[in-house]
Amino acid sequence: MPAKTKRSGVKLQLDSLTPQVYKQMAKKHEPSRPVFKNCIRAFLSGGLICLIGQAVQQVFMANFDMTPREAASPTVAVLILISVILTCFGVYDKLAQWCGAGTAVPVTGFANSMCSAALEHRAEGIVLGMAANMFKLAGSVIVFGVVAAFIIGIVYIFLGHGGGHL
Amino acid sequence: MIFVWAFVVGGLICVIGQLLLDVVKLTPAHTMSALVVAGAIADAVGIYDPLVKFAGAGASVPITSFGNSLVHGALIELEQTGWIGIVTGIFNITSAGISSAIVFSFLAALLVRPKG
Repeated sequence: MPAKTKRSGVKLQLDSLTPQVYKQMAKKHEPSRPVFKNCIRAFLSGGLICLIGQAVQQVFMANFDMTPREAASPTVAVLILISVILTCFGVYDKLAQWCGAGTAVPVTGFANSMCSAALEHRAEGIVLGMAANMFKLAGSVIVFGVVAAFIIGIVYIFLGHGGGHL
Repeated sequence: MIFVWAFVVGGLICVIGQLLLDVVKLTPAHTMSALVVAGAIADAVGIYDPLVKFAGAGASVPITSFGNSLVHGALIELEQTGWIGIVTGIFNITSAGISSAIVFSFLAALLVRPKG
């Protein structure tokens, strides 16, 4: 008899476990995120990546007689190449665990998401696996960037600005 | 001096990303999309260009500059060729980033077995 009452007690508890109650319970046991520490790490690592980018850009400007704006594209390409190589050796994902947004926000994180998706789905074939999944993670960035740029362009037409401030 | 500002500004943009992840609790994909749109709007109101002049790679390496370049390409073409420029010009400047990311990732996936 005692066993039976116990079981009905559990059942009663489960019945009262609505999604809202569950959310509250889960929230209590969720580890609190060390926000400050994460921000320091993101600042240092993200800053360092931009510093490397600036150094690469400086090299392009000095050796090929480029303006800063002309040097920006080859700089991005070099950073992407570095990021892809590091991703291939599994280094970038290890760094990302320490750095958080510091490695995700720079353009290297964009390349990392494409390269790791390509590597991950390589086994499913070159066309249906690698090529089809390459933009799985990076796609949202491109979609929202393009849509935003398009809307801004439309707004500029209606305001009659052309490319005024450029 | 540009190196210092590249470090500081680049780091701060990454901190904004980290705060969106940790405090606002967005997923990484939502965070990146939000930053790109923020960069696009920042260019539209004309504050991203001065930032790039001031901080160099600190502003041109984070993903926000991707949104900035998309808008830039669209607006430059808009000025030169008229309204059709919005669709023909969007990828003008970002081509280097997207093309190299595609090509390098493709070659990497052909050559390398996944690790880690």
